Amino acid sequence: MTQRAGMLLAPLAAILLVLPWVANPYILSVATLILYLAYTGQAWNVMMGFAGQLSLGHSLYVGVGAYVSAALFVRYGVGPWAGIWLSVALCVALGAAIGFLAFRFGISGVYFALLTIAFCEFTRIGFDHLQWTGGSGGLFLKVAQRDQIDLASFRGPPAMYYYTMLLLVFLALVFCSHLLKSKAGYYWQAIRENEEAAQALGINTFRWKLLAVVISSAMTAVSGVFFAFYYNNLFPEQIFNISRSIEIILGPIIGGVGTLFGPILGAAALTIAADGITEILGALGWEIPGIKQVFYGIVMLLVIMFLPNGIWPPLARKLGLGR
Amino acid sequence: MNRRDFNKAAAAAGAAAAFSPLNVRAQAQKLKVGVLLPRSGFQGLIGQSCQKGADLAPGVIKGLLGVDVELMNADTETNVDTARTRAERLIQEGANVLVGPFDSGAAAAIAQVAEQRGVPFVINIAAAPQITEQGYKFVFRNFPTAIDLTRNGLSLIGDLFRATNVAPRTAVFMHVNDTFGQAMFKGISATLPHLTNLPFRIVDTISYDPAAKDLTVEVSKAKAANADFLLLVCRLNDAIILRREMVKQRWFPMGVVSPGSPGMYEEQFSKALGPIANYCISNAPWFNPKTNMTKLVKAAFAKQNPNEKFVFHGTNVVYTYESILVAADAFKRAKSTDPKALADAIRQTNITDRAVLGGVLKFNAKGQVEGNLSACAQNLNGEPKVVLPESAAEAKPVFPAPDYKKT
Amino acid sequence: MVYGLMALGLSVIFGIVRVVNFAHGEMMTIAMYAAVAMFSAWGVDPFLAAIPIAAGFFALGYLMQSGLINPFITRPEHSQFILMVAVATIMVNGMLMAFGPDARNVQISYQLESWEIGKILIDKPRVYAAAMALATSAALFSFFRFSLTGKAIRACADNNLGARVVGLNVKHLYALTFGLGSACVAVAGCMMILFLDVTPSLGPSYTLLAFIIVIVGGLGSLTGALLGGVLIGLSEALAGLLIQPSAKSMFGYALLILVLLFRPQGLMGKKA
Repeated sequence: MTQRAGMLLAPLAAILLVLPWVANPYILSVATLILYLAYTGQAWNVMMGFAGQLSLGHSLYVGVGAYVSAALFVRYGVGPWAGIWLSVALCVALGAAIGFLAFRFGISGVYFALLTIAFCEFTRIGFDHLQWTGGSGGLFLKVAQRDQIDLASFRGPPAMYYYTMLLLVFLALVFCSHLLKSKAGYYWQAIRENEEAAQALGINTFRWKLLAVVISSAMTAVSGVFFAFYYNNLFPEQIFNISRSIEIILGPIIGGVGTLFGPILGAAALTIAADGITEILGALGWEIPGIKQVFYGIVMLLVIMFLPNGIWPPLARKLGLGR
Repeated sequence: MNRRDFNKAAAAAGAAAAFSPLNVRAQAQKLKVGVLLPRSGFQGLIGQSCQKGADLAPGVIKGLLGVDVELMNADTETNVDTARTRAERLIQEGANVLVGPFDSGAAAAIAQVAEQRGVPFVINIAAAPQITEQGYKFVFRNFPTAIDLTRNGLSLIGDLFRATNVAPRTAVFMHVNDTFGQAMFKGISATLPHLTNLPFRIVDTISYDPAAKDLTVEVSKAKAANADFLLLVCRLNDAIILRREMVKQRWFPMGVVSPGSPGMYEEQFSKALGPIANYCISNAPWFNPKTNMTKLVKAAFAKQNPNEKFVFHGTNVVYTYESILVAADAFKRAKSTDPKALADAIRQTNITDRAVLGGVLKFNAKGQVEGNLSACAQNLNGEPKVVLPESAAEAKPVFPAPDYKKT
Repeated sequence: MVYGLMALGLSVIFGIVRVVNFAHGEMMTIAMYAAVAMFSAWGVDPFLAAIPIAAGFFALGYLMQSGLINPFITRPEHSQFILMVAVATIMVNGMLMAFGPDARNVQISYQLESWEIGKILIDKPRVYAAAMALATSAALFSFFRFSLTGKAIRACADNNLGARVVGLNVKHLYALTFGLGSACVAVAGCMMILFLDVTPSLGPSYTLLAFIIVIVGGLGSLTGALLGGVLIGLSEALAGLLIQPSAKSMFGYALLILVLLFRPQGLMGKKA
């Protein structure tokens, strides 16, 4: 990282680190939400931004990751640190299966996106009928008192969740940065720009695309596990919902697909905008239901029209940074 | 009679307030109640209905208890994340108590926030049993759990048959396949075999997608079961589609009875279907049309909502109203807005004059009110009327329905 | 059948303009509200109301395309997607603000009638709606086949650059196409209101359904879209009979997956 970037990043990192002590719980909960969306968005970004595969059914991995670890916890008392491995493994298998089917049959672009939606919806309805995980009635995890930190069961005060998410975002950032500079990163760039040319050069596009999908699904699975233990209740209708898939991808797209900081910036911008609009509307006294979402939609519209590559690239240029 | 009672009560409260020095101090303080409801998004319609109950509460409560209640409204947007952050925000802005949120998922999320921050949370409507099984100290629910709903609903069916002297032998059970429907299904499967006073058996069970726009297949399957009546757990939109489909397929069972679900008693059902909405029966948590409290609430509702009919919003309104009443009543007894004091005071709640149909409003050790009853409400002349229990009845039940055709 | 008509609109838009219209379902919802409004204000039967509403939507679609969407044709899919999602969000919540969350509907005498042929009951409104759908599709089909503009539009779809070289005003033609697609959706909406009450949140599930039908039937093929609609309807009904009805949507999605994998051009489409 350049020195300039480091200088800009240091104060930000400092604020983030001490946030639980200085901010009120409301801000903390919003911050945790932002970090959650940022992390999940980053995971999605690996698939889309790096390898160019548009996944619109990403909540599939969140849901499966969440349900697997939650079910293990509720049914067998298996803690999240152990359960997470099975979650990840299953999501990897799922991602690999979808990727394999798609790429073997040469599906890409919009068709691939629709395929991901289909799989996600299929799973949603499936889970609705799966009595072992509570079906559409939902799966509830037992909530313990939140004052002590019980790391084994991943329970504790909100600050603990905040730091966990912060750590995850940081690790994801480091990991993705490393990926971009590695062989995988270059191959992905080649595939993204022109797949046929890449193939002509001898790159096994199939293998590398599959790798992107697998990494993305694995990362997202972790997000799902976090979700399960943070919210403590899961409903197929909510967690596999297409609106969640859309929510995940909004951050990276608004922030800047394929960039490192894009997803984080996008998640932050959108969440702050959403809450900000609610606050302003509340202050103005315009409490008409639905008006907030209209404004939110307009903001999205404006951003996508005038900043097609996301907020980060022009911002980065202004700050004099690279990517 | 209403007006006079109301004025008497107001005068009495005013006099008590004027003469009691302690009350003066409590009156100087206000109780800030954070109201979390889904006013937009998929549950917007019901959320807005509940909101009416919240909006009329401060006025009525001021007259009854002399307590000042300030509402802080927040929209959960039918979204669990929003519910959570909004709850945090309300607490941040100084809410002493939280009430809401109609949805079980949101309730679970808000409950965790409330418990974490030590702020009492009174749930107005949410049926998932697990919420009060978590050992929370700050979460209270004045609404029957899905298990209670099922039990009450089924026993009312027995009462219905007894009251009309009809004994159908078979029923076909249709239910939405969502949180609510599945809980009902489980409840019914578990309790029905044990209720020996219900002589019917279920010949077929058909579950359907709540978002389905076409129920032709489901209805034809149900019709083919050739049962005496239809036992239905539904929501509003699918109930409308279903009923239309029944008429189109010329299926006229003895009756359409819901052991405990929304849908058929709602305004849109009667509006959209006209005469074929009549005689449908819903056993649901309801208001008691004969109590003084209900009359007060009804009057306040009419003033604030001159174009709406109370009976269609009744359940949502009274349960939401009572959740705020509980908070205000506890505030009056605790004489402080300290959350722990409020929570303790709520635990001691004992309200006998209620708008909700049921016994005394008391919370058990888990924070749950036992004894909220369902009423058997039948659509008659375009409006749901309470036909059972007899003590609260406004009309006599009609069963089988006049258009019953034996197939 | 009516599903087919709605999907037709999407097929036209996606097949030719290559824009993923994720606001499709929402547009149909608006059409439904318009039909309700016309019915309650002037007592106009939805079948008749379809004509002015379709005209209105044509204009709306034209404007949307030329004003909003045109710059996005060359942009990557995810940008288009977000654009339409934003539009959809604004539409849904705009409707919520304007009409409130209540479900609205129309009540017409023949809504619940059916003809009895032996043991089979045939639903009157469904037959009327199917006829209307067929008529509209036929009109659209003949337009594309026989009229000069229709041929020009097809030329754009087949070869964008070539069309420009030949001097066709591609932008205008694209806008026309979007307008036509919107008009289709408007007619479908007017039909739909006979079966279903309209609420603001009705849109998204229909958008998804339209996509399934279009993919299964075949992109860019008009008969394919109609056929797809019928097929999906039938398969869901069958699934409902054989398995649990609540799982019947799973069947539709499974079908989509299979088609995507093995025959992405759909039943009647041409290979892309």
